[in-house]
Amino acid sequence: MNPLTGYLLVAALLFAIGLAGALTRRNAILVLIGIELMLNAANLNLIAFWRYGPHPQALTGQPDPLTGMMFAIFSIAVAAAEAAVGLGLVIQIHRHAHTTDLDAMNRMKG
Amino acid sequence: MSIVFYVIAALSVAGALAAVLLKNTVHCALALTVAFAGLALMFLELDAQFAGFAQILIYIGAVAILVVFAILLTRGSETPKDTVYSRNWIVGLVTAAAIFAMLGWAVLRSAPALPHESAAPSVTVMDIGNALMGRYVLPLEIVALLLTAALIGAVIVAMHEKESAK
Amino acid sequence: MIEKADQIFVILAHWLVSFLPAWLQQPAMVLLGVVAIIVTFPALFAITVLLERKGLGRMQNRYGPNRVGPYGIFQPVADGLKSLTKEDIVPLSADAVVHFLAPVLLVVVVFMGYAVLPIGRNMTLVNMDAGLLFFFAIGASSELSVFMAGWSSRNKYSLLGAMRAVAQMISYEVPLLMSSVAVVMITGSLSLGKIVDAQNQYTYGLPHWYIFTPWGFAGFILFAVAATAETNRSPFDLPEGESELVAGYFTEYSGFKFALFFLGEYVGMLGISGLGTTLFLGGYSAPLQVLGFVPSWIWFFSKIMLSMCVFIWVRGTLPRLRQDQLMNFAWKFVLPLSLLNLIVAGIWRFMGDGWLRWVACSTILLLAYTVMARVGMKREHFGPRSYRYAE
Repeated sequence: MNPLTGYLLVAALLFAIGLAGALTRRNAILVLIGIELMLNAANLNLIAFWRYGPHPQALTGQPDPLTGMMFAIFSIAVAAAEAAVGLGLVIQIHRHAHTTDLDAMNRMKG
Repeated sequence: MSIVFYVIAALSVAGALAAVLLKNTVHCALALTVAFAGLALMFLELDAQFAGFAQILIYIGAVAILVVFAILLTRGSETPKDTVYSRNWIVGLVTAAAIFAMLGWAVLRSAPALPHESAAPSVTVMDIGNALMGRYVLPLEIVALLLTAALIGAVIVAMHEKESAK
Repeated sequence: MIEKADQIFVILAHWLVSFLPAWLQQPAMVLLGVVAIIVTFPALFAITVLLERKGLGRMQNRYGPNRVGPYGIFQPVADGLKSLTKEDIVPLSADAVVHFLAPVLLVVVVFMGYAVLPIGRNMTLVNMDAGLLFFFAIGASSELSVFMAGWSSRNKYSLLGAMRAVAQMISYEVPLLMSSVAVVMITGSLSLGKIVDAQNQYTYGLPHWYIFTPWGFAGFILFAVAATAETNRSPFDLPEGESELVAGYFTEYSGFKFALFFLGEYVGMLGISGLGTTLFLGGYSAPLQVLGFVPSWIWFFSKIMLSMCVFIWVRGTLPRLRQDQLMNFAWKFVLPLSLLNLIVAGIWRFMGDGWLRWVACSTILLLAYTVMARVGMKREHFGPRSYRYAE
């Protein structure tokens, strides 16, 4: 088995676990935890392809050898920003509705 | 496939499973930290040193602590009245299983066509710095703007409103 | 002869490893390095604890411990025996797994930071290209153990102490990184070995240490302030202040776990002073070129112990900061100054050699300090004193 296949399967598994967590838990924060796991799985995918992908020096007219790693670094930064804003929203919702249970928030009227 | 890869992969998957299955929310957050650490080790195994250390610094050093603070501020560590899973949890599980099956099938079917270079691209931190200031300067500035907006936005969203403190 | 004394540990390690078969030699070298770190720095911790108790005692006009051995030098042995034999009490409602793992995580994380410090010439355990980033990443992970300790004890005092400690550590982490980024900018590398090499040159016998430049001096002071706050040391030790919070986040720990927390805190202090030494004080390089015959590792350890003495001195002198004063100080004073320091370091680099850049950089920094510290920080104005001291 290709080493790249192993990493891609692990990334797919982490993505599925994160998705299951985001879809099945009641607490809003655990949904955000699931989203973070999904973003991390995507980063693992990027880095795995960066490592095992074709070397750009061998081909002409190809992007530079850093594209995968740069993408992953920017993705980490954006995920951190999104986690901060998402958790701020969860805190404010808790202040308003006194609960973080997503099943209890089924009305649009505040 | 070396033994190191299997150990690190098992650690990450175990951490992720614990993060979505445990009942106590703070335990979930700590298991998420273990999953992040496992992922950072996988980045290091893939010779992406800068990405691995950035993962530890940002995710474990900041995002995990943020999640834990949010759990404490929303009283998430108290035991819930009902179960911790939502009413129609089976839908979520089936969806996730279907997506994993599809992704796994796609990866395994395309295994012969996947690239497999044996040598890692040699990237030093100086190359990353030059790239960030050269070719990727526009994404860098946009991410800086995004982070500033997120910072101001998070502070405003989570701030105490004075008139609602009655 | 001088090089032999300088490289004595490296020569010793190579000699010991040469008895093993060839395929085992590389792991054995690494293992020897790890064992050396695990033996040396707790020994320094024991010396530091004794130094602190005697030093604080003298500053408070009393003797320190002086019963156990001549001048109390066997006090760390007595402390160690006490903490090993004390009963390990875990509260009934505490979260047992997290309660157990918190000191373990702290000690592991703190010892991992030593892997990239250049302790002497050719004496770095792992020579990494991004060594400074590794140290900061590992240091950021220690905040999680503080939180785990406070939360798992199910004790309101512990939780309050842990929240305050984590808030303080996060706030001061940004100035810590910013003052180090100025050094990285001037050196052009994140590798700690290259940073020490850049400072290891001499002009007219005086070294090129970064602390002797305006931006380096300001950076060193900001780094020292941020390091004191990162390790929860007085005057930033509200999370563990005995008069406020019993013992803060390690209230419910006794016996060996408390000793592990104590060890972790002091070894963390030694580690971050090691980093400050590497970044600003020239690492293992000698102060004057004529003193180059002294082995490099002796200079490193002397500089670390000097930093510990300064830590102890500051603890005995300054009063404790309140939590809001502490956060105010971090976000409104230290962080803007460290950003300005970064700009001044850039100006220094691009102005070219000469006396003009010394004048320009010093003026900017002094002006900023005066405006922000003397004018900008809000002072409370007290009326005339209305109480009397007890006669």
